[in-house]
Amino acid sequence: MSTFELLTLPFMQRALLAAVFTGLAAPAVGTYIVQRRLALMGDGIGHVAVTGVALGLLTGASPTWTAVGVAVIGAILIEVIRERGHTNGDVALALLFYGGLAGGVLITGLAGQSAARLQTYLFGSITTISVADVVVTMVLAAVVVVVCLGLSPQLFAVAQDQEFARVAGLNVRFYNILVAVLAAVSVTVAMRTVGLLLVSALMVVPVATAQQLTRSFRTTLGAAMLLGLGASVGGLLVSAFASSRADVAPGPSIVLLALAGFVVTWPVGLWLRRRQHLTEPFDDEIPEDHHDVSEGHTHQHGADCGHVAVPHGDHVDYLHDGHRHAAHGRHYDEH
Amino acid sequence: MPVAPVHLEDGAVAIGGRPVLRHVDLRVEAGEFVALMGANGSGKSTLVRALVGLRPLTSGQLRLFDTDLERFHSWARVGYVPQRGGAASGVPASVWEVVASGRLTRRRLLRPLRAADRAAIRDALEVVGLLDRAGDGVSQLSGGQQQRVLIARALAGEPELFFLDEPTAGVDLANQEAFAHALSVLKSRGATIVLVAHELGPLAGLVDRSVVMRHGRVAYDGAPLGDHASPGLAPDGGHAHHVDHLHRTRHDVAPPVTGPLDTRPESR
Repeated sequence: MSTFELLTLPFMQRALLAAVFTGLAAPAVGTYIVQRRLALMGDGIGHVAVTGVALGLLTGASPTWTAVGVAVIGAILIEVIRERGHTNGDVALALLFYGGLAGGVLITGLAGQSAARLQTYLFGSITTISVADVVVTMVLAAVVVVVCLGLSPQLFAVAQDQEFARVAGLNVRFYNILVAVLAAVSVTVAMRTVGLLLVSALMVVPVATAQQLTRSFRTTLGAAMLLGLGASVGGLLVSAFASSRADVAPGPSIVLLALAGFVVTWPVGLWLRRRQHLTEPFDDEIPEDHHDVSEGHTHQHGADCGHVAVPHGDHVDYLHDGHRHAAHGRHYDEH
Repeated sequence: MPVAPVHLEDGAVAIGGRPVLRHVDLRVEAGEFVALMGANGSGKSTLVRALVGLRPLTSGQLRLFDTDLERFHSWARVGYVPQRGGAASGVPASVWEVVASGRLTRRRLLRPLRAADRAAIRDALEVVGLLDRAGDGVSQLSGGQQQRVLIARALAGEPELFFLDEPTAGVDLANQEAFAHALSVLKSRGATIVLVAHELGPLAGLVDRSVVMRHGRVAYDGAPLGDHASPGLAPDGGHAHHVDHLHRTRHDVAPPVTGPLDTRPESR
């Protein structure tokens, strides 16, 4: 089957639509979660949602909606436990991880469903997605993206500095729970695409990749959403084209493609940070006497002389063989 | 008589059931620059956190701009600079973005920034001397510069009353002087300032009044004290406020003055 023919198949078109929307929504929430240093929160919610799926299988209700409900409750619970601070944040997450997963597997068994059925939710089955599922995915993902972008000044301020946000009159608890609920919704949205156990990757990895190269929040958010989009659509296409030769699941391909993006950008980020660190202004005081002269210095420092230029008070020091050279008249002082 | 921006009567704060502040009375008049001083653990930071509503009072009455704290909602009139190691978080943010978040007190939901907002953000960056770094990531700045970003963030909301919690701790002299400049601009604009500090350094000239905390109580409240007298009151009572060099607490920062006499003899 040719590439074009594959894309005309209805199930493939549905899968592509789901991939586009989840690829945009998951990193949008993920940015705020990473900003609050809660990268594993998506995993916690994903595990809790397993119980939600199982409840759907047991009761005959739509597993998507029971998963949304249970994931939202789990997310609020994580947020409340974290805010109360009685347990360590990560211990609270761990408790929910285990409870959610164990409960899900147990209830699936009680419902008389096979493990294979549960596995389509654990690792995704984007190509078996129904029209109704696509519509739900698109609507929920659109809500997530609109809220994440529309309330970005508030969400940014709260995630950046909670105490300052409180004194600024923001309802910090409301925004924290809002982020938790958005995370829960995007977890269930991405459940059919990459599966509950890999969902957090789509929320966190594009953000981690984006921030290798960015230095403002806005570009990080935008770049993460584009990277998420690229990874989810790209991963789906890779798995579709490879499927004629081997059984390549879309979920893992999406996550591995996202990780590949990180692996490529990480060395660049490392190099940029090193360079940045080198040119960070010197904070120390400027020597008063000005006359520790660098002897026999014939090289003329300048904008493109190849030596790293570091701001130092009112002038620039040039790093030269472990020395700091500051122009002074016709010679260089050692700073 | 004009309205006092801060008026705390018989305030007490307990953390985890343990009393930290007791019987604290503090009234700050409009336009006053008050330095809140004291040793580590004396309760000066807790007091400021109580004044901005981050720590609930277990008893006593707090009024901001003549309104009970529970009914006080004009947070745009208050600027707060929390005690922080830096301004960075888990995701990169530019200096401009962090400062702009201070403007939220004056912005309505889902509205884009207006020209007045942009002007205030620009002015705040200019006052702290970081306008040329607006596009840089905050994590690229030195610790002292990050502290100045946090001051600019509070400034961006154009408040009348400032609370600064140890903004100068561990900050080098050049940045302390940048602070002193920023605070003198604020003072000249008529702002009321409550500054928590371990030592004042270049800020000393701006202070109108010193309040010294000791063991959770106000030990001294009156004319400005020099750095050397501040944290080390006599151990036996709160009423004495003579200069006591022996009980000085450890400095957070190196003494700001380095003169030729400070160099060690063997280096000559």
